[in-house]
Amino acid sequence: MRPTFINVGERTNVTGSAKFRKLIVEGDYSAALDVARQQVEAGAQIIDINMDEGLLDGAVAMRTFLNLIAAEPDIARVPVMIDSSKWEVIEAGLKCVQGKPIVNSISMKEGEAAFREQAVKCLRYGAAVVVMAFDEVGQADTAARKIEICTRAYNILVNEVGFPPEDIIFDPNIFAVATGIEEHDNYAVDFIEAVKVIKSTLPYARISGGVSNVSFSFRGNEPVRRAIHSVFLYHAINAGMDMGIVNAGDLPVYDDIDPELREAVEDVILNRPQRTNVSNTERLVDMAPRYKGEKGQARVVDLSWREQPVGKRIEHALVHGITEFIEADTEEARLAAERPLHVIEGPLMDGMNVVGDLFGSGKMFLPQVVKSARVMKQAVAWLEPYMEAEKAGKPREQAGRILMATVKGDVHDIGKNIVGVVLQCNNYEVIDLGVMVPADRILDEAKAHNVDIIGLSGLITPSLDEMVFVAAEMERRGFDIPLLIGGATTSRTHTAVKIEPAYRRGSTTYVVDASRAVSVVSGLLSPTERARNEAATRDEYIRIREQYARGQEVKARASLDQARENRFKLDPDQPRPGKPGFIGVRAFESWDLQDLADHIDWTPFFASWELIGRYPLILDDEIVGQAARDLFADAQAMLKRIIDEKWFTAKGVVGFWPARAAGDDIIVFADETRDAEIARFHTLRQQIKKSNGKPNLALSDFIADDDQDYIGAFAVTAGHGELEIAKRFKDAGDDYSAILATALADRMAEAFAERLHKEVRTQLWGYAADEATSVDDLIAEQYQGIRPAPGYPAQPDHTEKATLFRLLQAEQNAGMALTESFAMRPPASVSGLYFGHPGSHYFGVGKIDLDQVEDYARRKGWDVATCERWLAPILNYDPYAAKRETAA
Amino acid sequence: MTSPLTRAERIAALHAAAKERILVLDGSWGVMIQRRGLSEADFRADRFVAANGYDETHQMKGNNDILCITRPDIISDLHDQYYAAGADISETNTFSGTTIAQEDYALDAQAVWDINLEGAKLARAAADRWTEKEPHKPRFAAGSIGPLNKMLSMSSDVNDPGARSVTFDQVYEAYRHQVKALNEGGVDLYLIETITDTLNCKAAIKAIKDLEDDGLDALPIWISGTITDRSGRTLSGQTAEAFWNSVRHAKPFAVGFNCALGADLMRPFIAELSRVADTLVAAYPNAGLPNAMGQYDEEPHETAHFIEEWAASGLVNIVGGCCGTTPDHIRHVAEEVAPLKPRAIPERPVALRLSGLEPFEMVA
Repeated sequence: MRPTFINVGERTNVTGSAKFRKLIVEGDYSAALDVARQQVEAGAQIIDINMDEGLLDGAVAMRTFLNLIAAEPDIARVPVMIDSSKWEVIEAGLKCVQGKPIVNSISMKEGEAAFREQAVKCLRYGAAVVVMAFDEVGQADTAARKIEICTRAYNILVNEVGFPPEDIIFDPNIFAVATGIEEHDNYAVDFIEAVKVIKSTLPYARISGGVSNVSFSFRGNEPVRRAIHSVFLYHAINAGMDMGIVNAGDLPVYDDIDPELREAVEDVILNRPQRTNVSNTERLVDMAPRYKGEKGQARVVDLSWREQPVGKRIEHALVHGITEFIEADTEEARLAAERPLHVIEGPLMDGMNVVGDLFGSGKMFLPQVVKSARVMKQAVAWLEPYMEAEKAGKPREQAGRILMATVKGDVHDIGKNIVGVVLQCNNYEVIDLGVMVPADRILDEAKAHNVDIIGLSGLITPSLDEMVFVAAEMERRGFDIPLLIGGATTSRTHTAVKIEPAYRRGSTTYVVDASRAVSVVSGLLSPTERARNEAATRDEYIRIREQYARGQEVKARASLDQARENRFKLDPDQPRPGKPGFIGVRAFESWDLQDLADHIDWTPFFASWELIGRYPLILDDEIVGQAARDLFADAQAMLKRIIDEKWFTAKGVVGFWPARAAGDDIIVFADETRDAEIARFHTLRQQIKKSNGKPNLALSDFIADDDQDYIGAFAVTAGHGELEIAKRFKDAGDDYSAILATALADRMAEAFAERLHKEVRTQLWGYAADEATSVDDLIAEQYQGIRPAPGYPAQPDHTEKATLFRLLQAEQNAGMALTESFAMRPPASVSGLYFGHPGSHYFGVGKIDLDQVEDYARRKGWDVATCERWLAPILNYDPYAAKRETAA
Repeated sequence: MTSPLTRAERIAALHAAAKERILVLDGSWGVMIQRRGLSEADFRADRFVAANGYDETHQMKGNNDILCITRPDIISDLHDQYYAAGADISETNTFSGTTIAQEDYALDAQAVWDINLEGAKLARAAADRWTEKEPHKPRFAAGSIGPLNKMLSMSSDVNDPGARSVTFDQVYEAYRHQVKALNEGGVDLYLIETITDTLNCKAAIKAIKDLEDDGLDALPIWISGTITDRSGRTLSGQTAEAFWNSVRHAKPFAVGFNCALGADLMRPFIAELSRVADTLVAAYPNAGLPNAMGQYDEEPHETAHFIEEWAASGLVNIVGGCCGTTPDHIRHVAEEVAPLKPRAIPERPVALRLSGLEPFEMVA
């Protein structure tokens, strides 16, 4: 919208607002900013800033306030009017604004030379100017003088200095009327007359003025002053006045003014002949006290957000960076919360997450995020005494110590500094080593300060390699603290593929932006959440690496038809596994825990504790050996108790059925008649273009279509009792044992699957009655047949577990259930299919294309979108991109 | 060797060429220098060594600007490669050639001066060689004036949002020093580029204009901001139009955007600028967005395809490439835009135009 009259906010003017003057003199800039914000919210399109007060160093106050405004996007969105009678204050202001401001004002008061010089400077700084109707003789009062001075100034600016005429705004002086001095009676009329002439004779020039001057004689009677302003503006704007310094949002509408008052005011402004035996001025003075008590119109500042619940108010304050109410809101939240800390972890962190999302989606900008952090800090400071009291006099501790550096060879640090600031706001101690910091220095300082986390930043491409180097050095030097990676050029994929594998002893986390830093850091420093967060990140990065590796594979693709043409063919000369010992299911109520303990594969157990190396060699490892031995001893001790005290119950179920391949599906029959289909397993086929006669595999290839094959299935758990035991330890404050118990339950479930598979091969199905039986051979999978699990590489579709569980009646037979995302409960569970053919082997499906997705969706009875959702990690295309294209 | 044209003739030729056709700027320097795999010794040569009082415990490697002094052969070769690819304008290798940016490498003012002087001379000589060889297509040297790692509109301390790590006067002096040296070295125009903070840019503009008042040859100014992301704002928060309103007083030869975005994402902001700017509009995007490994994948023909569309839509007068683009990209771009007409400069109604983070306009 292009306004016809511009409101210039006047409340940030120490000469016009006693309240603002008090705030500035007392140095309460935070409240002073609220005054500015309130004006913008009330509709000021430009804000006038004036620091001309005897007690102030005007240049310093101007610089301070403008720099503060730059951090307030709600305010900084509008241009500023730098208002001072002192040139040095104006110039100080010009050095602080990135936008194009208005200088208010310059004039010929001190002659043409000074006027010219200041005008050139305004041009160089890129500012429009207000030119006061003031010359060597004095301020222009009559219309003629106003016109004369403005015309002279215009000619100098446009014809001599080269000033763009559209950037010239004249202030022909608004003087007070109704002062009781007769010569003043025509001042408003003089102004209005001058406006008409200037607008018609000086092309493109604008008119502004300080409106409140006109009502100066009614100080103390705001309702009457506002009525005078309203009436004056009504006539001045009609004459061509373009902008005015007014208290935006505080003016009554001309038509709403009481008619009697309006008429009296109008008589004064327009200097009309008096209507009664008293002068216009006297009449208005007599009338004025009657209007004094009248409330001004309600301010139009939008405070409707104050009516929301406290959590929403805190969010609003964080998002908008408003400090005004944050302490009251924080207090309200504290009273409602169980612990002061919960206010931080609850509404405050929720609000910061909203900030993070807005920032991430480009709806907030860096300065706003920094501002949000400040609100956060103020809220935390409010809570601090309560948290200290809660700690019963214990000294307040920093939440953690974080070392940050931009890596060697890189000098970019804006992002890093912001992260530092945000972290400090959240009570973290930040040690910032600056830019171009070599790895050895980062690590020396980290040791010296005993930091909790190292954060690396970089913007340029080579920094990526340097970060890998720092990570490798951390590994080499035995660090185990979390490493954070951030900066424009970094990415989750790079972190997962290149950096994280270089640093196995500790965790590495990619931080997408500054606003996420706090939640990442608090998650990594929380004694209760750290392990879970690190494990989640680690799992995610493993997936990313797998995806990346797949992406790096030969790009050539096979269509589904081509892939099927190139299916794997069972060797007719190899013996088939034959008929299993039974058809149907068999449950195991309580497998011998000692037997499972004997079959545990310990290597992944150590890996889950971030001790990398093969068991048993890891126990003698030069670096982690001691830790591994200690852990192993603890594990053995607990394992003994698990068995002796029967902490866990191992339940399982196994089943076999006649089966036949049908395309990429496997039909499961109730019995040997093979006429009652009781289930159908769907499998996915590799679509990478194969060479050297290698087939495009699907699990269905391992079952023949000639009615002589069988399929098996199983579901086992060692997790009954796991959650209770873990909780018991946790409640007792023993997280180590809680985690140990969980990890052992996982290993026992895996051992159960391995042990049962052996039983299947040698006994239950019995196709390999005489296979070797050492545990090591089992772990090395040196046997015939496979037990692929849904959700793993050979069949990435987790939903197939539903069919599996139904066939096995796993709930009744083993007390196992599936979540809505097909995760198994209890957590320590394993399930899968059995393929017995000697040619069957593990493989990864890899990425699949749309033709197979459509085919698979049809087979599953899904729509394509559902299919894409479940198979998202293995899609060889971006389904959203495809949708966007269709939509376009 | 003496220049085939005087400076005044070259500036006239630049204006004439811009009327006739879409001009082409060169591409990325960083990626081309990186490919050389230079060592610390290449960066230091025999000048920036301990024996001359320079601290060798700090790395000089990565300070590409210093190669103007220590490996002029490489810099000359890159100018040649870009001119050979069809660029009309090549930039001096002085992106970080200010005393403030070079503080990171602890360089003294004389060394910074020499970077700009030598950088300008190398670009001048290369442009002259090509102009002599192909007089129908004169080549131009633009003095690169890059951003600083210190911003005038951003706080350096959260506890004091009003804090600044540098003052306007310091930024002004740093740019003044660079501008003088570039001018003395013989550049044809200034390119204030990759502007993240408009206030820093305004200090550079004031430095140039004040030097002109003091008698330095007036040269065309090209101002190129950086829109950081899809939000369409500069890092310091301004929209494209607000940015233009803030710098228009420089009466720039050209205004535009570069870096941060690839051509596809940059288009709406160039289109906006094209609508509001009553001067030449220039754009040199990155070769797409960096991939997960920090490399730019966009192929030369892809970049050229986007830019060809801008040109065909009448959005641009000058095009080129930023991060990740190579002589091959520039060759493709130059070929695509060669037959197309430059954007016609729009006539806008006279109006009072101001800006904060957002534009303000008051039409008569």
